[in-house]
Amino acid sequence: MSRRTRDIGLFERPAVIRTLIAILGLSCAGLLVSEFFYAKHPHFGFDGWFGFYPLAGFAAYCFIVLSAKALRPVLRRSENYYGEADPDEADLEESMGREHEHE
Amino acid sequence: MSEWLGHAIASPALLLMAAGLVLAVTPRLVHAIWLLAVPVLALALLWALPTGLHGQVSLFGFDLTTLRVDGLSRIWATIFIIGSFLTGLYALHVDDRVQHVASLVYAGAAVGAVLAGDLVTLFIFWEATAISSVFLIWARRTVRAHIVGLRYLVIQVISGLLLMVGTIIHYHQTGSIAFDHLGLNVAGGWLIFLAFGIKAAFPLLHNWVQDAYPESTPTGTVVLSIYTTKLAIYSLARGYAGTELLITIGAVMTLFPIFYAVIENDLRRVLAYSLNNQLGFMVVGIGIGTPLALNGAAAHAFAHILYKGLLFMSMGAVLYRVGTVKASELGGLYKSMPFTTVFCIVGSMSISAFPLFSGFVTKSMILAAAADSHHWIAWCVLLVASAGVLDHSGIKVPFFSFFAHDAGYRVKEAPLNMLAAMAITAALCIGIGVYPAPLYAILPFDVPYSPYTTAHVVNQLQLLLFAALAFVVLFRSGLYPPEVRGLNIDSDWIYRRALPFTVSAVRWALMRARDAAIGVLTIGLGGARRRIEASFGARGVMARTWTTGVMLLWVTALLAAYLWLYY
Repeated sequence: MSRRTRDIGLFERPAVIRTLIAILGLSCAGLLVSEFFYAKHPHFGFDGWFGFYPLAGFAAYCFIVLSAKALRPVLRRSENYYGEADPDEADLEESMGREHEHE
Repeated sequence: MSEWLGHAIASPALLLMAAGLVLAVTPRLVHAIWLLAVPVLALALLWALPTGLHGQVSLFGFDLTTLRVDGLSRIWATIFIIGSFLTGLYALHVDDRVQHVASLVYAGAAVGAVLAGDLVTLFIFWEATAISSVFLIWARRTVRAHIVGLRYLVIQVISGLLLMVGTIIHYHQTGSIAFDHLGLNVAGGWLIFLAFGIKAAFPLLHNWVQDAYPESTPTGTVVLSIYTTKLAIYSLARGYAGTELLITIGAVMTLFPIFYAVIENDLRRVLAYSLNNQLGFMVVGIGIGTPLALNGAAAHAFAHILYKGLLFMSMGAVLYRVGTVKASELGGLYKSMPFTTVFCIVGSMSISAFPLFSGFVTKSMILAAAADSHHWIAWCVLLVASAGVLDHSGIKVPFFSFFAHDAGYRVKEAPLNMLAAMAITAALCIGIGVYPAPLYAILPFDVPYSPYTTAHVVNQLQLLLFAALAFVVLFRSGLYPPEVRGLNIDSDWIYRRALPFTVSAVRWALMRARDAAIGVLTIGLGGARRRIEASFGARGVMARTWTTGVMLLWVTALLAAYLWLYY
């Protein structure tokens, strides 16, 4: 294992990233348009509304990530909070600094 | 040939366990044969057994059925044995006898437990899984792994004890030890339910998974991820199918580990939370209890063992080569580990249930069953959880380890045997997704189901791609929580912090009370002592030395008084 100077890889080129995002965006647009072209079989009614699944995916994802982000300050402690971190694994100095913060 | 078939000794479980014990004393060179050939033999033996009850033996005055082969037990035993083959291949390079022995014995015990026809046999193998698996954690050989292993073992043994006490109560009340449908209302039903619930990682009973699994060795975690929890899912499907409570429990299980998975830094711990979330889907299926739902739970367990194993394998390879799986330390590994990257993405797409991947054809059965039985709340929770799965297992694990910002690690690709194991597992994940018929054919119930309808494919793609779009939006706008070091407190805080704190607080209070009591007594006793000392002490009245004159005076006075009284 070695850490050397960074070379710009394929997935770090802005053009590639932009292309990937464009493909994702176009697929999403296509899937939204396809709402008009298939027969729905809603089980409950609400799952047959226009754009239900796209909206559910987008909203559920944002809800989960943002609420988890809000929970982090409440739940997060130093890596050595329980005093069980392996000395070579944990950043003990940082841990000790933060241990005070939470007491 | 078929004469010995059906005897307790001709059990795939015993074959695996015996192979493990033989491996303990055979030279290193033949390990490969044992690790790969024995699972193949065990699988052949399992499928040679005809459906029905076999392996009756008498033990402690009980008539035990050690081999029950039916649709439900066969699919579980099959995937357990396939899992033992894949983990054997994955761990082939490991030069640690303890891990190989533990893996085979553990696999054998798990197969034995799912084939158990009665609660006593189940209990014996249940405990065997606990004892054999802990060695996979201790095999990491760090102080931390030692402590975590002990904690793990305590919880597993508690589950075993609950099963034992439940079985005893059940036997006393009903006179039966048969392991069929139990339900909560039978004698001992709740205790056995709780025993299963601990191993199935029910909410608040779950934390041993996230605590212990990430502390094992790179290969050990893959082994651990296969058996214990899915054995519990099997036991619930056998004993508690259709128990309404399980729908609620399962729905909670799919949801809450997601939040932890999003903010967790150790990627193998992220996968442990994700494992918990996937178990929730199966538990909901069992709670619904219709043939389609139970088929869904069984199929999902089958697919889950493969894709979750694949994800743990890819992270194991990263840990093996880089030395850490902390998201905050990783990034850009696709440059050095391109094959591992591809296999990880296959695992991610399978767990996220993209069409043509295994999760799609299995998870949808559970959602369809929830819809058919009009459990709309559970259905909505599962839908939200599906979007969550895409985040922690579909995006976070591959993105932050193999892509994101390049952490600068230039390592070798994973060893050949690891790559081979990942390749086979990835092929199975895609194979099941593309052509699910063989998997559907071995499901316990005969229910027609076709996952590839236009509406289903389109809806699933809409859900997943729009969730992925949400990731892009959040990540590019800087709203996505950054990967930072740290530890998140979970329910284990109760027994690792609150309980020890309470105990020491109570002890301190008791010591203070004792000191106070002693203080009060000392003051009281001190007063009495001083009074006694005043009269009888060395300087007390009674100890005073008197002169002869005074003594003579007193004697004269006493004699005078005597004379006066006498006359």
